[in-house]
Amino acid sequence: MKTENVSIKIGGEAGYGIMSTGFMLSKVFAKKGYFVLDTNEYPSLIKGGHNTYTIRVGTSPIYSISKSIDILIALDKKTIDIHREEISYNSHIIYDEQDYSSQDIGGKRKDLNYMAVPFTKIIEEVKAPRVMRNNVALGAVLALVGISFDLLETAIKQQFQHKGDKVVELNTRAAGLGYKYIKEKLNNSTPYSLEEVKQKNKMLVTGNDAVFLGAVRSGCKFYAAYPMTPSSSILHSFASIEDDYNIVTKHAESELAVVNMALGASFTGARSMLATSGGGFALMNEGLSAAAMTETPLVMVLSQRPAPATGLPTWTEQGDMLFAVHAAHGEFLRIVLAPGDPEECFYLTGKAFNLADKYQIPVIILLDKHLSESHFSYEKFDSSKIKVDRGKLISEPIKEGKDYKRYEINSSGVSPRVVCGTPGGVHIANTDEHDQHGFSNEDANNRKEMMDKRFDKIKELVKDIDPPRVYGPPEAEITCWSWGSCKGPILEAMKTLNRDQKKVNLVHFNYLYPFLVDPVVKLMKDSNRNVIIENNKTSQLGKLLMLNTGTKINNRILKYNGRQFLPEEIISGIEQL
Amino acid sequence: MNKKETELKPEDFNTHIRPTWCLGCGNYGIWNAMKRALVTLGLKNHQVLAVYGIGCSGNGTNFTKTYAFHSLHGRSLPVATGAKLANHKLNVIVMAGDGDGAGIGGNHFMHTCRRNIDITFIMHDNRIYGLTTGQASPTSDQGFKSKSTPKGVLEEPVNPIALALSSGATFVARGFSGQVKHLSGLMVEAIKHNGFSFVDVLQPCVTFNKKNTYEWYRDRVYKLEDEPDYKSDDLMQAFEKSQQKDKIPIGIFYKIDKPTYEDGLKQIERKPLVDHVISDVDINKLLNEYF
Ligand code: SF4
Repeated sequence: MKTENVSIKIGGEAGYGIMSTGFMLSKVFAKKGYFVLDTNEYPSLIKGGHNTYTIRVGTSPIYSISKSIDILIALDKKTIDIHREEISYNSHIIYDEQDYSSQDIGGKRKDLNYMAVPFTKIIEEVKAPRVMRNNVALGAVLALVGISFDLLETAIKQQFQHKGDKVVELNTRAAGLGYKYIKEKLNNSTPYSLEEVKQKNKMLVTGNDAVFLGAVRSGCKFYAAYPMTPSSSILHSFASIEDDYNIVTKHAESELAVVNMALGASFTGARSMLATSGGGFALMNEGLSAAAMTETPLVMVLSQRPAPATGLPTWTEQGDMLFAVHAAHGEFLRIVLAPGDPEECFYLTGKAFNLADKYQIPVIILLDKHLSESHFSYEKFDSSKIKVDRGKLISEPIKEGKDYKRYEINSSGVSPRVVCGTPGGVHIANTDEHDQHGFSNEDANNRKEMMDKRFDKIKELVKDIDPPRVYGPPEAEITCWSWGSCKGPILEAMKTLNRDQKKVNLVHFNYLYPFLVDPVVKLMKDSNRNVIIENNKTSQLGKLLMLNTGTKINNRILKYNGRQFLPEEIISGIEQL
Repeated sequence: MNKKETELKPEDFNTHIRPTWCLGCGNYGIWNAMKRALVTLGLKNHQVLAVYGIGCSGNGTNFTKTYAFHSLHGRSLPVATGAKLANHKLNVIVMAGDGDGAGIGGNHFMHTCRRNIDITFIMHDNRIYGLTTGQASPTSDQGFKSKSTPKGVLEEPVNPIALALSSGATFVARGFSGQVKHLSGLMVEAIKHNGFSFVDVLQPCVTFNKKNTYEWYRDRVYKLEDEPDYKSDDLMQAFEKSQQKDKIPIGIFYKIDKPTYEDGLKQIERKPLVDHVISDVDINKLLNEYF
């Protein structure tokens, strides 16, 4: 049977290779040229607890995972109990009879195809450790979807080569036996055979990967961080390439150190970035304010997770948008960006560095756990689209006798910035209110002039940022308003809704702040019925819209249980409007 | 240009702003000692980045003509660290008080010591919060009465010398702002030291600290270099001296050579980060790793 897309969920106990299994499977699909999106769910534990990895693969672009699963791979007993109801009609469960007796399984849903695979026995036969059971399952899935085994061999090699040939060989052997077992059992038929695609081998990246790649491309030279889920993988990526790309990666003693180190590095002229989650960002607020007052460019990545406090450390939410928009003491300009997928992460990070340099202000990139850690497949990013623009940065000596003013007042509000250490450019980067040279100054007029100067930047800045983008039919009956990573599930939902004649479109914000009032007001006027869709409890975009346009959108579809939207939830939300 | 013409005088490190410190404040001594030290080292204004904290010492940002970053309270050391990592050719000096170093920024102090990055921290240790009008500081003596501790400080004071020693600092010294020449000499040694150097400066606050006055210090200080048996590479001896209370030793407590943090960074071996061309970073190889 030919299918357009397949959903696969792998479940089991943490520490049993769920992540690597899922990732290798995604990798195989991407190598075949299919579109892939995967996401993982795991509790904040190292061992134990229930982990899942969900992959959706298809022959046309995939924007989100879906609610229903076609193949469930149960690496432990719990998995079937927890996820049995998510499996679509007539689908497959792969499990080990050692975990489940046939009585346990039957009875509840008779429509499913239960496929026992002796994971444990096979592992024992090849004398591999128990953790390699997942490889047997991996092979089994490939046989179910009818993909040849050699691609998996390559993926296993990529994944385990750093552990040595023996490990690669054992893993490959285990997978091969799983593959063979199912092939024989199915008599070579493939229940989920995906159409062949002509597309090329695709790259598989998370939002974090894409931000990292965008930052390296943009010439980020200093990266500081304190590990915090879900931003940590950016730190690991930077740390792994620092010698090759001449970048200093600093795992500092605290978030306070992180933001201030980044400021110091940026002040001397090195492009600097940091990443954290809400709790770390809270600690950095004072430093954010310091960046604004000293007019030091700074790119800050804030990957959201459910809060307040430690919240749900490994789950997802969009709860920090208004915090980012209003963060830190005092009134100052900043830019808040919200990419909706890894591709946007890549290009917007390039933009973030340029905007930070050009306007000498902090730029915050909002991600969330779903975007930070889920893998998405893409054609190779076009790095030539990221250009480096350092704005008014001066590194040549200032001519003798010239009165250099670091905070010179001019019509643009942006003053020439001399790289620290340049002859003739001696000045103070001052967190106190200061005069045009940087000297502390408490004069009332000066204060007003300097506040105006810093805010004057907005005149040019608004020309450099984009209004929200509209996806779908312009003349829709219903317009969804959203931002960041909700983009995917909404686009996915729109595929179904617009097929059934319910004409829906999406107004999606990449640039949340500064807020471009006029184009948004126009979009509101043009739309018929509006609905806000956000991954939070209080509709923060709704508040931002009301604050800036005075218009309240009453229809809301909000989700705040720590999980990303599923398209089915959006469809039913819209159908109920 | 002959050498004479290029040599700077201490006054060349003055800005047009005259210090606003109270008459007789210990900050003047530190300021003068620093300008002399920079002259002795033959440094130009633009070759120095001074990172200041908040407080009376922080107001010094405005009086000394070098590149300066007037940071937030407690955050001078991380700002200096970031700057040094981005451009290790800069001479980075931190000028901050005991509030910054031993209080709100205490954690950074400990980590900067163990990091052994090549920056110099001059702690303006007046054992009081001057700019916020006279509250006790982490280095105030036990029993010290102030606006915030009317019944006297209950805690033991932080001992900056012992803290630096135990945190792995490779250059630890103490100076007295009433002895400018000696202090300046310590600063020269500290800046020359390859690695993190720490100078705790006994600084009388004439307005709010009526206990630790010039006289009080003068009666107690003595120079370690006058001790015939003192060896500044002996950590145990340094610890012992750091505990002395009746008399207060000044001079170099401890000095050893050890690889610096920068020495461990291959990526800045050839040139500072800021000198790398970034207009066209080729990430193709990196991108291919995601296939
Ligand atoms: S308050 Fe104390 S530390 Fe501050 S300037 Fe006056 S004397 Fe100096």
